[in-house]
Amino acid sequence: MLTNFLIGAIALGVVLLYGCLGETLMEKAGQLNLGIPGIMCMGTAGGCFGAALYMNGLAFAGDAVWFPLILISICFSILFSVFTGLIYAFLTVTLRCNQNITGLAITTFGTGLSQFIMEVYVPRDRFDAASVLFSKGFVNDPGANGVLRVLFSHGVFVYLAIALALVFSFVLKRTRLGLHLRAVGESPAAADADGINVTGYKYGAILAGSAVAGFGGLFYTMDYLKGSWENASTIESFGWLAIALVIFTLWRPTVSIFGSILFGALLIAAFVLNGTSSQKELLKLLPYVITVLVLVITSIRNKKENQPPASLGLSYFREDR
Amino acid sequence: MAKEVLIEFQNITKAFGSLVANNGISMDVLRGEILSVLGENGCGKTTLMNMLAGIYYPDSGRILIRGKETAIRSPKDAFDQKIGMIHQHFKLIPVFSAAENVVLGVNNGSGYNLKNAKKTIGEMCDRYGFHIDPDKKIYEMSVSEKQTVEIIKVLYRGADILILDEPTAVLTPQEIEKLFAVLRAMRDDGKSIIIITHKLNEVMEISDRVAVLRKGQHIATVETGKTNVQQLTEMMVGKKITLNIDREQVKDTADRLQIVDLNCTNAEGVKVLDHVSFTAKSGEILGIAGIAGSGQKELLEAIAGLQKLDSGSIIFNRPKKNLPVSFFHKTMGQVIALAAQGKFHYEDGTPVDFTGKSKKEIRALVNDGKILFNEDEVMSLRDKTPLQIRELGVRLSFVPEDRLGMGLVGSMDIIDNMMLRSYRKGKSILLNRKRPETLANEVVKGLEVVTPDLHTPVRKLSGGNVQKVLVGREISSAPKVLMAAYPVRGLDINSSYLIYNLLSKQKKDGAAVIFVGEDLDVLLGLCDRILVMNAGRVTGIVDARSVTKEEIGFLMTKTDK
Repeated sequence: MLTNFLIGAIALGVVLLYGCLGETLMEKAGQLNLGIPGIMCMGTAGGCFGAALYMNGLAFAGDAVWFPLILISICFSILFSVFTGLIYAFLTVTLRCNQNITGLAITTFGTGLSQFIMEVYVPRDRFDAASVLFSKGFVNDPGANGVLRVLFSHGVFVYLAIALALVFSFVLKRTRLGLHLRAVGESPAAADADGINVTGYKYGAILAGSAVAGFGGLFYTMDYLKGSWENASTIESFGWLAIALVIFTLWRPTVSIFGSILFGALLIAAFVLNGTSSQKELLKLLPYVITVLVLVITSIRNKKENQPPASLGLSYFREDR
Repeated sequence: MAKEVLIEFQNITKAFGSLVANNGISMDVLRGEILSVLGENGCGKTTLMNMLAGIYYPDSGRILIRGKETAIRSPKDAFDQKIGMIHQHFKLIPVFSAAENVVLGVNNGSGYNLKNAKKTIGEMCDRYGFHIDPDKKIYEMSVSEKQTVEIIKVLYRGADILILDEPTAVLTPQEIEKLFAVLRAMRDDGKSIIIITHKLNEVMEISDRVAVLRKGQHIATVETGKTNVQQLTEMMVGKKITLNIDREQVKDTADRLQIVDLNCTNAEGVKVLDHVSFTAKSGEILGIAGIAGSGQKELLEAIAGLQKLDSGSIIFNRPKKNLPVSFFHKTMGQVIALAAQGKFHYEDGTPVDFTGKSKKEIRALVNDGKILFNEDEVMSLRDKTPLQIRELGVRLSFVPEDRLGMGLVGSMDIIDNMMLRSYRKGKSILLNRKRPETLANEVVKGLEVVTPDLHTPVRKLSGGNVQKVLVGREISSAPKVLMAAYPVRGLDINSSYLIYNLLSKQKKDGAAVIFVGEDLDVLLGLCDRILVMNAGRVTGIVDARSVTKEEIGFLMTKTDK
């Protein structure tokens, strides 16, 4: 019981973790991207499109091999999410549109378009077989030791997410690239004066962040839901939660690993625990309550390091004074 | 021993629109010297140096560096020429440590290594006598420490030529001493240092040579040892030009506003108003002269109730003598109490006595305007809200650098902006747009505002026209005290004169006008008295009709304690 609960918490947490990592990267560059839910949907559609392409190219579903399936899915997922991220980047960085409004538009656009793609262009009859490969872990025996199962029974995307979180943390803290990226998010004017290519860094962060965020939806559909698809709204709601998670973790990728698992646990508790449906709804809103609490606490403590990047949500134009 | 010429400006001209900031400037900078660039506000000293730092590019003329003609098109080009500029407003990232800020943007080929950077910073500190903790976050630092980080940042990039824009403006005397010691150490190390300043005593103390600019032109470069404060002041302010402003003799003045011992400290802990006392009289224009940032803004804001003060009092003599009492500002109880004290008289001069009169009778008398004040009403403005102060007729038409930032809403049209001062007046729930529209029409016609129509958002108007709308609105309410700060900044000559004449008219109508200006010629030609401020202190109040420019220039830069 506990083992399954923890496995589920980690799995749902990873969905949020991808979105959170992508959003963190963008926010560190000063871009508040409310299009994350849309981008996650598009990443899902792209990955599924790739998986379907591969699976239907085979003579038998059973011929599917792990590596090419994952590779093709990832490539198409990146293609779709980066395309969506590019629209956002062009509108907000190049044309300096309002980031909030653009983000909301991207979410509406992404959820709608992904729904259309999934319904029309992604035949899902061989997804059962594909999802087996997606969720293949190191320990696949349901009778194995509980601890081993919690740690090693997941599909590749879980480990990829944790690896990415560690890499992001290292890059942001320890490299010149990260220093420059943070400088762009804190004060683009100062960064610009020091010869840092503000536009380049913002584009880079948005595109890389979009690619990562897109994996969240792909993992959810192909691994957690075993290849089934109802509609994009579930993934969209995960996207909003991922944005809340960014605030909860105070823009720290390493913290987001644990934060996402906590959020995942709260979500899964709503499904697992016995209770009336209204009690479950209450449980589901706990992550938001916790996020608000974190905001209140950090606002009261008012420590500069825990504040959002100083120029978050603001467009940068060199000639503005 | 003649020193090597490092930088040579040849005939540099730079214009912003119709304003010529630099006009054919030719001067040089030597290796291993401290050169002061001296001049009043807006004389073009920062513009000239910005061309060296790659912020601006000259319209014509050449810059020779180490004998070679060089085009500096960006700050990066400047760094390649080993030129670094420390601006007045620091460009540091608050949540980064000193070391992180120093290495920002530097890519010297070697990997990213903060430890090495900290070592280099430590070496620099030892060499020139800085003190800085490289791990300290910028937001925890004092202004002086931030400045040190900026200097280290420039040195870290290998600069040989350092330009400091008003480096002492925000420092305490002790910090200035430390800074000067560092600058001398750097000079002795062979670096060239250019200080942009308007403080004469500092020029005399620190620099080897002084280049004086006035109104975009290079007047002379002299060796500091061979000159004195009087000579420099003369070069800085120039000869008086007579302007054609109607200035009438002051008559029937009364003390309108008494400022007593105002003190004010800003967020950085710097004293911005230091025992300021003066009296503004009705029917005269009191000019305020001083280098920008000497406390003018804080003073005006204090009077308008927008600035928190440490101590001091602001006494307003509300002109009420022989004017009717009304219930607009007074309650029935107050009126009866004041009448009992014998503060009122009837139109024929007999004292008012309400004994035996019912409230209804008193109300009728007051509403008919039969009850008049004996004397002006004396009140303290410090315990009033900004809104109450404005209702009393103390108007601030503050025209700061950002015209739209204070007083006008850019995306609203002229009528709506007029309403910002009057929307409380209406009785009904709906806005009355008739009166503001009439007012807007008057302002547009009277001040010759160029606008397609009254419904154009004011941000689409040119700067000068925006200013006219702002000043026009404040004047329209027949103020008792009118404060105008830099009301002609950015305006062409004709519009400027229009504003000057408007101020003169207010004076004739009996208002006490306080005019903060930067052009000494205008101050001398327009005002009746001139108050000179320096570093938050009043260094003198002089008669504008008899004072000379040199005297004002001297007061503006006088820093003795």
